[in-house]
Amino acid sequence: MKSPAFAYAKPRTLDEACGLLEAHGEESRIIAGGQSLVAMLNLRLAAPGLLVDINAIEGLGGISVQGDRLVIGALVRHREIEQSGMVAENCPLLAQAAPHIAHVAIRNSGTIGGSIALADPAAEWPACCLALDATFRLVSKKGERRVAARDFFKGLFATALRPAELVAAIEIPLLPNHRSVFLELARRRGDYAIVGLAALARPEGGRLHDVRLAYLGGGDAPILARHAMQAAEGKPPAADLSAELARDLSPLADLENRAATKLHLANVLARRALAALAA
Amino acid sequence: MDHTSTLTLTVNGTKVSRTVQPRTHLIDFLRDELGLTGSHIGCEHGVCGACTVRVDGTIVRGCLTLAVQCEGKAVDTVEGLSDSGELAQLQQAFHERNALQCGYCTPGMLVAALDLVKSEPDATRERIREHLSGNYCRCTGYQAIVDAIETVLVHRRKEARA
Amino acid sequence: MTARDELPVKGSKTRTQAGYIGKAEPRANAKRLLQGRGSFIDDLRFPRLAQVVFLRSPHAHAKIRKLDFSKARTAPGVIAVVDGRAVAEYCTPWVGVLSHLKGLKSAPQFPIAIDRACWQGEAVAAVVAETRAQAEDACELIVAEYDPLPAVIDMHEALAGRHVIHPDLGDNICFNREVDFGAVEAAFAKADVVVEESYSFGRHTGVCLEGRAILADYNAAEHTLTVHHATQAPHMMQDIFSKHLNIPEANVRVICRDIGGAYGIKVHVYPDEMCTAALSIMLRRPVKFVADRMESFLSDIHAREHKVKVRLAATKAGEILAFDLDDLTAIGPYSVYPRTSGIEGNQVVNLTGGPYKHQNYRAKLNVVFTNKNVTCQYRAVGHPIAVALTEGIVDLAAQKLGMDPAEFRRRNLVPDDAYPYTGAAGMKFELLSHHQCLDKLLALMDYKALRAEQAELRKKGVYRGIGLAAMIEVTNPSPAFYGVGGARISAQDGATLRLEPTGMLTVLSSVTEQGQGTEGIFAQIAATAVGVTMDKVKVITGDTSTTPYGGGTWASRGAGIGGEAVLQAGKALRSNILDIAAAILSVDKATLDVYNNEIIDAASGASRLPLAELGRVAYFRPDTLPMKFQSELMVTRHYTPREYGFTFTNGIQASLVEIHPDTGFVKLLKHWCVEDCGTVINPMLVDEQIRGGVVQGIGGALFEECHYSEDGQLLNASMADYLVPMSGEMPDIVCGHVESPTKSSELGAKGVGEAGTAGAPGAVMNAINDALAPLNARVNSMPFTPERILDALGAANAKG
Repeated sequence: MKSPAFAYAKPRTLDEACGLLEAHGEESRIIAGGQSLVAMLNLRLAAPGLLVDINAIEGLGGISVQGDRLVIGALVRHREIEQSGMVAENCPLLAQAAPHIAHVAIRNSGTIGGSIALADPAAEWPACCLALDATFRLVSKKGERRVAARDFFKGLFATALRPAELVAAIEIPLLPNHRSVFLELARRRGDYAIVGLAALARPEGGRLHDVRLAYLGGGDAPILARHAMQAAEGKPPAADLSAELARDLSPLADLENRAATKLHLANVLARRALAALAA
Repeated sequence: MDHTSTLTLTVNGTKVSRTVQPRTHLIDFLRDELGLTGSHIGCEHGVCGACTVRVDGTIVRGCLTLAVQCEGKAVDTVEGLSDSGELAQLQQAFHERNALQCGYCTPGMLVAALDLVKSEPDATRERIREHLSGNYCRCTGYQAIVDAIETVLVHRRKEARA
Repeated sequence: MTARDELPVKGSKTRTQAGYIGKAEPRANAKRLLQGRGSFIDDLRFPRLAQVVFLRSPHAHAKIRKLDFSKARTAPGVIAVVDGRAVAEYCTPWVGVLSHLKGLKSAPQFPIAIDRACWQGEAVAAVVAETRAQAEDACELIVAEYDPLPAVIDMHEALAGRHVIHPDLGDNICFNREVDFGAVEAAFAKADVVVEESYSFGRHTGVCLEGRAILADYNAAEHTLTVHHATQAPHMMQDIFSKHLNIPEANVRVICRDIGGAYGIKVHVYPDEMCTAALSIMLRRPVKFVADRMESFLSDIHAREHKVKVRLAATKAGEILAFDLDDLTAIGPYSVYPRTSGIEGNQVVNLTGGPYKHQNYRAKLNVVFTNKNVTCQYRAVGHPIAVALTEGIVDLAAQKLGMDPAEFRRRNLVPDDAYPYTGAAGMKFELLSHHQCLDKLLALMDYKALRAEQAELRKKGVYRGIGLAAMIEVTNPSPAFYGVGGARISAQDGATLRLEPTGMLTVLSSVTEQGQGTEGIFAQIAATAVGVTMDKVKVITGDTSTTPYGGGTWASRGAGIGGEAVLQAGKALRSNILDIAAAILSVDKATLDVYNNEIIDAASGASRLPLAELGRVAYFRPDTLPMKFQSELMVTRHYTPREYGFTFTNGIQASLVEIHPDTGFVKLLKHWCVEDCGTVINPMLVDEQIRGGVVQGIGGALFEECHYSEDGQLLNASMADYLVPMSGEMPDIVCGHVESPTKSSELGAKGVGEAGTAGAPGAVMNAINDALAPLNARVNSMPFTPERILDALGAANAKG
């Protein structure tokens, strides 16, 4: 299981990186942490002509609070987020979700930008970003643009990223009055979840406001369960959102679970999450 | 396009330079280029942990790391960590507790365990199990490994108090 | 009195050490593995080493219409690209049959498929290149065209035989067997309670962390073949390489250094490995094959795909009257050589109901061919199935009778004073200890307290379950297992002990080491038998050119058979040492003994002569010994179990689980195992065999299954999708022992390698069903995934 051959470039600037991506088009792939890409290469599921390593580019790392936003650079590793006091304080959902991502050795290498750009529907960060209403800073030769997470994920491994464009940073609005819960049902620690839920709400007198339920494993992309959110809005924790979730989610069957089973589990997670948010 | 790269890095404290294909992952590089066969290949898709090594002080999957990505970095393998004595306590505890059978997972397991011992001196059995959850062992059933690491942690806590 | 009291070092005339038997000595050979200084096949460095990679059939069943190697042959680094016909010039085909499994049939199998591929993953071409990556690159350049043939995937379809995989064989039935002992019909007719249930068992595979590996090095000048091989049975492979590659036996040397897990996976003849050896001859250079993870899933043997219906008849008073079994199992397109793929089903027939004293037993077995990867013997062969279905139906009967499952077992387990005893299936048991084990288990787990806690928690909506599984295990197999059926598989093993000039002891054994601790316990036995300290002993295994001839490691035979050979060789060497000492010291041999690396006076314990001095005299100054005296400081002894077909062991396991009814998730809280492997040579190693085995068994109960599509594609050929047990979900496992040494050997050791795997799935299944019982749900298809548990709960709800 050896990767096919490819050329490798390690540009020092964004400009240089974007130039390489433009020049080589679909033949090129960005490598950041490589925790998904190198596995695909080894399995010969990907055969790029050129890997553009973005790790030497200045300005793609770092976690900071800028005004009313937490800003996380694309090259920030999962493990940095897990261990960051700034993240725990300003966006506990990310700190709650991080330990669910694979295992320490993978979290040490894998990056949040890579996870966003890959858009695996079973990954943790995309669902968190949906729930948090994050915005992504995307850069290319043409400059920078900002795309809301809710407009970014387009389907199975499909995003709003244009050719020769890369994720530079993730901006997350601070929600000091919200509570968050991250829940997953995975067969084994660190496995991709059968279904998972990033949930946020502002509890007030036993009722939940601004409820946000973002699922991973609920379809071919991370999904904001809008009907379920609406049904839960302004109320004490709901016991059963199965009818709403059936409209929101369209889980894909896997080797061990039918779509209906995943829907059932999604409802269990919603019940648990809402109860925890209100508690 | 050029399919070779020149690479300079520090492995187990020694600076080495080689010309490699970019497709070479770190474990093949260590094993085939440097003859450091202690780190093993188990799955080559990042699941089994047999290839766990340390890069700039943090543990990584060697099979999911390209050698060329380690330019200028410091890589530590079971061989170096044995020779330096850094693994000695864990190795002794593993030996006394028979926390290995075939030994194929052991180098990766030790490197992962060392990471926990250094970063989380108060780790419970539950936390040990969690930390090792990405390292597959088919032989032991894990309990002896958890016991051995717990023994080292307890010993180090006692030492720290004394 | 246990066997170890009878060891020579504790004889009445000596005051020597109790010996190392029964001590938790760490294994000396673990040290190199702990420093990354092991020597696995892929670690070996050879000049001119080439690597082979296989193009494997993407179809479950297809005619190979065209193979075009022209592009591949010109790719960088490529040395050769060959098809099945080219390899067949160097390696003859084989057929995996055993004459004592009457009627068992299979088709000739070649190293590389010729004209037709019979499972997805069967090799259809081989590419040899300087590096593995180059060989993989070239593999992608082979143009292969296939005409798909109807694939037989479902085992019932295979039995029905609409499409016959090997037309020459007439049907898809590899082997069938029916037994009918006692009066089964009458027993069911008079029974107060009859329970019936069907169980299904998923296809598993071993997932050795080290892939199968072989490095064959042919020397054309000498016409010799040296094979570095990750195999459990080097002498068997020597014989097979010799026969199929047409090289005289003495010119074939098989070496096994460190092996990264085997569990039965590495004891079979694999076509790609035979091909690697043939390629080394063809290309006159060393050639290496190391299966990568995907190849491992597609071509390592699979095991345990069974669908079973079982019935049990009992009286109101709780006496089991009869078992009635119908087992259907599918083995892939070939019976695996040379052990055959009929053994697993045969074991299910032999072992079902084994712990119990009923005298009526009927069983029907059908073993069928399918177009999936082949299956064969994998750790605990047949036991996990036999134990689970027996213990599952026993629990169901207890439930129907309203009887506590522990009590129901107590009433039916063969009494401890009944031995020797012949079970209803015809198995002969020398000495088992079911009741002692049951008592010890219940005390160890505090069964009553757990039941009380379970009842309390149920009131709070917490669903815990306790499951028991009694078991018997086949160990120390005699030639009745394979030899009588014509397989050239040795049931005997040998040990050579040599006292070195400095008083050190070298032990050579035909049993091999894959981490069980074989070398460690042999050092313990040898040191004890000879009278030296452990640090003086060096054990060498895994080399056909240096060790005595023997079977190797499989079927829990290393300690019981290989260990006895070491003991006997050690006793003989000790006697020879005393002869020399008597000659040097001019005293009667009977007044001397060997203790702590010295010759001592047996009566007083006074030191007379260090072994190093004895060695010096014997090797370098024999001129000082009496004229006609010749010292013999190297002794070989062999041992074959003869009295019983198998030395059965017994034990019982318990599992404690918690079920989450809303998600179907199962949490393993704790596991217990009490086992009787006769003499315990090293309690730590025995416990670790049990623990490792239990977790492998839990894997089958909860996680592991090879999923195939309807057209025979393996859907989860990766470690991300084939779920093995990891540390996070596994429970702590408490072990206990009862020791009933076998009298068939002086050592008294029975095997222990498979007990954990044998009993764990049944215990976990019963625990899950115990937890589900108040919700009126029950599961019987392994692995017990959350969805299967939710489905059972859903069905219970639908029934109201």
